[in-house]
Amino acid sequence: MMKTLLAAVVAVSVAAIAPAIAAGEAPHPPRQKWSFSGPFGTYDRAQLQRGFKVYREVCSVCHGLNLLSFRNLGQAGALGYSEAQVKQIASEYKVQDGPNDQGEMFEREGRAADRFPPPWPNENAARARYNAVPPDFSVIAKARTYERGFPWFIFDLFTQYQEHGVDYLAALLQGYEDKPPQGFNLPSGLSYNKYFPGNAIAMPKPMEDGRVTYEDGSPQTLAQYSKDVSAFLMWAAEPHLEARKRIGFQVMIFLLVLAGLLYFTKKKVWADAH
Amino acid sequence: MSGHSTYQPQSAFMKWMERRLPIASLIHSSFIAFPVPRNLNYWWTFGGILAFLLGAQIVTGIILVMHYTPHADMAFNSVEHIMRDVNYGWLIRYLHSNGASMFFVAVYIHMFRGMYYGSYKEPREVLWILGVILYLLMMATGFLGYTLPWGQMSFWGATVITNFFSAIPIVGETVVTWLWGGYAIGNPTLQRFFSLHYLLPFVIVGVVVLHIWALHMVGQNNPTGIEVKSDKDTVAFTPYATIKDAFFMVCFCVVFGWFVFYMPNYLGHADNYIPANPAVTPNHIVPEWYYLPFYAILRAIPNKLLGVIALFASIGILAFLPWLDTSKVRSANYRPLYRQFFWIFVIVCILLGWLGGKPAEGGYVVAARILTFYYFAHFLIILPILGWVEKTKPLPNSISESILKEGLPAGASGPAPTARH
Repeated sequence: MMKTLLAAVVAVSVAAIAPAIAAGEAPHPPRQKWSFSGPFGTYDRAQLQRGFKVYREVCSVCHGLNLLSFRNLGQAGALGYSEAQVKQIASEYKVQDGPNDQGEMFEREGRAADRFPPPWPNENAARARYNAVPPDFSVIAKARTYERGFPWFIFDLFTQYQEHGVDYLAALLQGYEDKPPQGFNLPSGLSYNKYFPGNAIAMPKPMEDGRVTYEDGSPQTLAQYSKDVSAFLMWAAEPHLEARKRIGFQVMIFLLVLAGLLYFTKKKVWADAH
Repeated sequence: MSGHSTYQPQSAFMKWMERRLPIASLIHSSFIAFPVPRNLNYWWTFGGILAFLLGAQIVTGIILVMHYTPHADMAFNSVEHIMRDVNYGWLIRYLHSNGASMFFVAVYIHMFRGMYYGSYKEPREVLWILGVILYLLMMATGFLGYTLPWGQMSFWGATVITNFFSAIPIVGETVVTWLWGGYAIGNPTLQRFFSLHYLLPFVIVGVVVLHIWALHMVGQNNPTGIEVKSDKDTVAFTPYATIKDAFFMVCFCVVFGWFVFYMPNYLGHADNYIPANPAVTPNHIVPEWYYLPFYAILRAIPNKLLGVIALFASIGILAFLPWLDTSKVRSANYRPLYRQFFWIFVIVCILLGWLGGKPAEGGYVVAARILTFYYFAHFLIILPILGWVEKTKPLPNSISESILKEGLPAGASGPAPTARH
């Protein structure tokens, strides 16, 4: 009788929920292979450098990296640049400083300790120029995701899949379609993107094959650019990922050994209790 | 915390101290000589795990406060400053944010264990009610803490939760304005939430002391649910319970570490990495996972005031559990019907949690209504009736007899002492 009741509770719930699931949503971004996924993941330095190049030559026109300093590029677990290279990169930027002795603001060459300069002076200026405020890119790889749904979110717990954000970003950059599907009413000034929630995105298609020149011989395709810049943004959002996973493994080994020792100590202690 | 002290001060200093402040004998009687039933299983280690987590949250929290700025314009970036620039700041912050989730994992196991073994029954009613108060304090603390990074979900979660109070007739709007410290959620709200988030953990510590005090008055329940009858039924807290607690706490830390080091954002929301923006409402405003069952109950009721009442009633009803459960037998091990209803109740809670994370539309609402009804029926209909109609299994005469019958208790390794040495 109890089993029947239990079955009834489950059946009623499932029956009530099923139609809602079937309603369907936007297509899931395809899963990419990332060097930084899994318990031993590390960033691919060359990929981060390529991604940074894409960011600099394409994205940075509209999107800031306000929380990052140039020095971050040379940190452990980052892009692998030397101190001299970081200085060089910083010096290629113009940074506003001041006020000086005369009380004037002035522009000077960037230094390693400077933040990336913002692409626009304030949100209103951005809105006037682009019709929308382009989001800052500092944590965007962690600020975007897509719904995995049941039962996948349970499997993710064990497989450590957490690259929802970068998968989404890489898909978004490749998800533009010149013509929206029949019957889709695209407001003027917006573009159609099959991965963007609601599909009408304010950002026009940002790049195409051959837009950025790679010096390491990697394919100069939209797919490659999208992957590289997404990986770069993952680093920007989680600059200590490598340290986290490395320390995590050490902690796990320590805990497992300690648990083993405690287990046998406990057996010994309790053996005397009888 | 009295009545078991066999502490004999050895040194002259400790003898001197004992006559003035007998703290050593208090510790000795509470955590060394204190007798615990010898048949406790690993579900009983979660009290110790919770104490550890409370300490860990306070320590990591105090360090975070050294670098955090509780201001609406700076909070988000100060958290990112912790994540990027503070040495091991990412570790402290992930320990704290995931520690909150682990706290709730442990407390839910602790509560369900209490329900399964009838740990709330006479004479442990006050112990149980103190636990319900602790749970409420934890929920408040967790909610307040989630607002502090001042991301989108912080802001909109705070909006939704504080709006509950606007459902109060007549004075609702005034109460909400008072809570916000203004006519909208803003900097004053964040600052008071920060202040309270720092205060409440210490209130929790105080109630934990009462909880442990009450526990030491009545003694621990055990898997048989029968009272301790003689010294043969118990072992000393140290070393027996301490070593067992320590072992399982380390096992629990493996799970904790799995989240902190490998899935640090799994239990959070991506939207909370977007700075709070009052002009943009997120598509789905979802509370932290540990509130989801209650969120489902809230939204299952079409009327706002009734929904809020149902939400608070669903937690408040736990305090009346000692009187709603009419059975004389404590442990579900000897209650064949209750045992099955218990597991159904667990599944209902999990399903409610899942529904709480789904949009309130269509079939989800229907399912949430059915399960909400069942949730309350469990306490108000099933438990009172079960006590009268259920035919329970015969109880063992004593804890030690039950151990002999079932073989060896968890934790024993050899068949008999003679087999060793």
